[in-house]
Amino acid sequence: MAAPLTLLLIVAVTIRAVLFRSSLAELISARVEVVSPLNAWKRVVEGLALLDLGVSPYSGDVFHEVTDGITALALYLSIQTYNKDVFRKQKYALESDRYSADCLELLRSPKEMFYIPLKVAMFYLLNPFTILSCVAKSTCGLNNAIIALFIFCTLKGSALLSGILLALATYQSIYPLTLFAPALLFFLQRLYIPVNLRRSSFWFFTLQYAFMYVGSLVVITGLSFFLLGSWDFIPSVYGFIFSVPDLTPNIGLFWYFFAEMFEHFRLFFSCVFQINVFFYTIPLSIKLKEHPVFLIFMQIAIISIFKSYPTVGDVALYMAFLPAWSHLYRFLRNIFLVSCVLLACSALFPVLWHLWIYAGSANSNFYYAITLLFNFGQILLVADYFYAYLRREHHLTHGLYLKKKDGTEATLVLK
Amino acid sequence: MGLLSDPNRRKALTGLLTRLNTPICIVCYLAGIVWFMGLAFEPFTLRTYMSENAMGSTMVEERFSSGERALSLAKEFDAHKRKAGGMPVEWLVKAMQSRGLEVFTQSFSRKLPFPDENKERYMVRGTNVYGILRAPRAPRTEALVITAPCSPGNTNNQAVALLLALAQYFRNQIYWAKDIIFLVNEHDLIGTQAWLEGYHHTNITEYISGSLRGRAGSIQAALSLELSSDVITSLDLVLEGLNGQLPNLDLANLFYAFCQKLGVLCTIQGKLQRNDWDTAEGYTHAAQTMMLMVLKQACGRSWGDHGLFLRYHIEAASVRGINSFRHYKTDATTIGRLLEGMVRKLNNLLERLHQSYFFYLLPSLSRFVSIGYYMPAFGLLAVILLLRALDLWVHLGAPALAAVDGVTEAEQPSSPGVLTVLTPVVISHLTGVALYLLPVHLQEMAVEHFPVSETEAVVLTAIAIYTAGLALPHNTQRLLSGEGTEQGWKVLKLTALLYLAVLLGCTALINFSLGFILAVTLVPITASITPALYAVVMVLLSPAFTILYCVFIYQELIEAPVSVSEGWMLFLSVISQGILDHALYGSLVYPLLALFIYPCWLMFWNILFWN
Repeated sequence: MAAPLTLLLIVAVTIRAVLFRSSLAELISARVEVVSPLNAWKRVVEGLALLDLGVSPYSGDVFHEVTDGITALALYLSIQTYNKDVFRKQKYALESDRYSADCLELLRSPKEMFYIPLKVAMFYLLNPFTILSCVAKSTCGLNNAIIALFIFCTLKGSALLSGILLALATYQSIYPLTLFAPALLFFLQRLYIPVNLRRSSFWFFTLQYAFMYVGSLVVITGLSFFLLGSWDFIPSVYGFIFSVPDLTPNIGLFWYFFAEMFEHFRLFFSCVFQINVFFYTIPLSIKLKEHPVFLIFMQIAIISIFKSYPTVGDVALYMAFLPAWSHLYRFLRNIFLVSCVLLACSALFPVLWHLWIYAGSANSNFYYAITLLFNFGQILLVADYFYAYLRREHHLTHGLYLKKKDGTEATLVLK
Repeated sequence: MGLLSDPNRRKALTGLLTRLNTPICIVCYLAGIVWFMGLAFEPFTLRTYMSENAMGSTMVEERFSSGERALSLAKEFDAHKRKAGGMPVEWLVKAMQSRGLEVFTQSFSRKLPFPDENKERYMVRGTNVYGILRAPRAPRTEALVITAPCSPGNTNNQAVALLLALAQYFRNQIYWAKDIIFLVNEHDLIGTQAWLEGYHHTNITEYISGSLRGRAGSIQAALSLELSSDVITSLDLVLEGLNGQLPNLDLANLFYAFCQKLGVLCTIQGKLQRNDWDTAEGYTHAAQTMMLMVLKQACGRSWGDHGLFLRYHIEAASVRGINSFRHYKTDATTIGRLLEGMVRKLNNLLERLHQSYFFYLLPSLSRFVSIGYYMPAFGLLAVILLLRALDLWVHLGAPALAAVDGVTEAEQPSSPGVLTVLTPVVISHLTGVALYLLPVHLQEMAVEHFPVSETEAVVLTAIAIYTAGLALPHNTQRLLSGEGTEQGWKVLKLTALLYLAVLLGCTALINFSLGFILAVTLVPITASITPALYAVVMVLLSPAFTILYCVFIYQELIEAPVSVSEGWMLFLSVISQGILDHALYGSLVYPLLALFIYPCWLMFWNILFWN
């Protein structure tokens, strides 16, 4: 397996290196779909110059190629671990006769699972979205790398490292906070601690993990304070994320709405919009408490849809997980529609941007319409996978050829 | 969402769509064509109206009276032009300075990628002369442009002279709130391009041009004037610009309003307006006018000097004087008054023209079809591609779902499927890249080995690569994967259909006419293609033949029908002009056709030779 992975890495690095040296790099790094005010390379350079640190440690393309490589490798190893886990659990379930007899075809075979980690790495490295993001030197790649490492450490069972990396990810962009719930559920499952509020062992571990997480968060924040000598960075980073003052168009849902709105509703609507990211954690955690890894996938997808400054790099991270759920394919209902919508939107973004900004003949409504459609496609995709996952689990316990159940749960949760 | 989540209703819908797929597609196609032709029918269109308040309600009185002087200036200009054997730069500078303008010149040169045989030029060297009338009443942050080309021979003398006369008259008025730039450009579009690039500090098309020493504010609007006779019978308005971009409809409304006010006959596409919309002739006339607009817009070139301004977000139009054998004549004073009125109304603008439509078609000057009305015609054609794709998807998915043996069986046919689809896609696109790059780069070699001129070499190389592309991909494909499967070509067709749908959709958004014309010819063939189809039909509906048909239809519509051989020569010159437009002004039609549409068509061509 090492050879194809190496080959894949070489191909991916070559594509990026070629693009870095072509004239396209400058064009890509100016695209609003690819960079947001939070992760634009230009702003990193500005920030470093302001800090007067001299030469930045990660200027130059090699750094960005390496981060992408690390992300892919971490995802590869995590999915490998996860697959072993899944297979082991499936064996136990079969031995204890928990699955119904007629769902043999739903079982996963090692042969089918063999290439999945490689496909996951390939989906991440060769995804045009990742490549664009990397060539634009967006720091989104760095966020993705930390989240991927966090997933890897979690799946390997190292609670301390997982807590530290989760704190790092939270420190970067706040939203990964919601990944606390799936990570905790995973550890509880791994240590055979039932999720029961009356059990002291549950509370003991929860507090332990929360302490690791909060502790490292405090340490990191404190370090930044000592480095900068003031607390100014808190409002200018997290305030910037929460109150959305920069309304540069992007692929997210915020900018248009906040540009149109009366100023005195701003606080109310920023709460309404921001709550989307955090709110779904509760119902999803309850529904998926047996399947924390799938919950991680759902959470990452929700973050990338509802965050205030999303870019295509965020989309690429959760799309990398899609091969891991390839066994759900037979239960997906809208995959044709969704792929058409996502494909068409990706092509229409630059076209409508051109018509709006350069030709002056279209306006922001055209661009926002495509943004809405793109997010609609993403939500449909996530909801579809959620539905398919639940349906497969249902079939595993209740048999495949029962009367068909419609997907009310799936649509209820995600509107 | 109910439809998307309820499995029974979904099944019923997909069942209906797959069972009735062919009839629905045929109905959609016919409905699309009928809808489009219906757009020219007057009751279905809207009357034009002025949306911009600043231009609508204000009263303007035109007082320009020196038409006679302009005509004598034209003679003087003609004499100096003959003497200088080109643009009489010194005379123009002196004439503008004596009228109180700040005068500047800009010299430029451009080597064309290959000789332009229509205009007989290769190494172009020229000078633009422009004078700025500073606004007395406002900070000089905004400007208007009036331009007249200095053309070789006898043409456009009156335009330059009228420009100078207007400058003299405008200089004495006190109400100007915007700077007015009077530009006389040499070598028509090349001069305009050089001037615009100099003005905006951009260099996108490898011009070698001097920088501009004098500037006014940001340009709000531009008018280009073409006038070659002392009296005219009608004025023609030209709107189609680079890449099919159009100026704001209010500019056309403004022109129409002043023509009405001053009693000047006005035409669009050279066609007068008729009032008998309820007769067959009336409808045909409107349809012809609209078709001409569609054809002109689709070819993506700039049909007057104004077309290049549009790219810089400047609303611009060309006004062209036409002298035919009608009795009713208009003199230079009236044309001057018309321009004066238009410039004064533009001077009143408080912000850029944005109120009215940017996407429209004009069946006559007083009627327009907006984007909301014409897009359904394209949508009906594009939805065929999606319906066919859905049909294929259902057919491809059905056996996989029925297989009970599990995933291993389903995996087997799909993994070679990826490779068999990817190979033709890559080969088609490489052919497209060759079609885009080779003609211009290989011209020297072709001229050495064959007895042809450079221009012929470029065009013939393009045609040769185009034809070679027909032979190349399916041979290599067969070598690579041996016997093609039924599954294989269906997957390829599905990919190509979605690709074409996205491609045509994007094209139609930027340039509706181009997207629509391509859809009319490509959709029926691509929707119905199977390996059993005749290759001849496929070739007859290929992009190159589409261009050929358009040439004949265009000639028919401008009432200058051509024979087959003349049509062929025109076709060749259209190709060379398309390549030149891309190199000189950055027109996107040639790269679009070579890099995307042609490869996409080749993917369908591949299916023909699948077995």
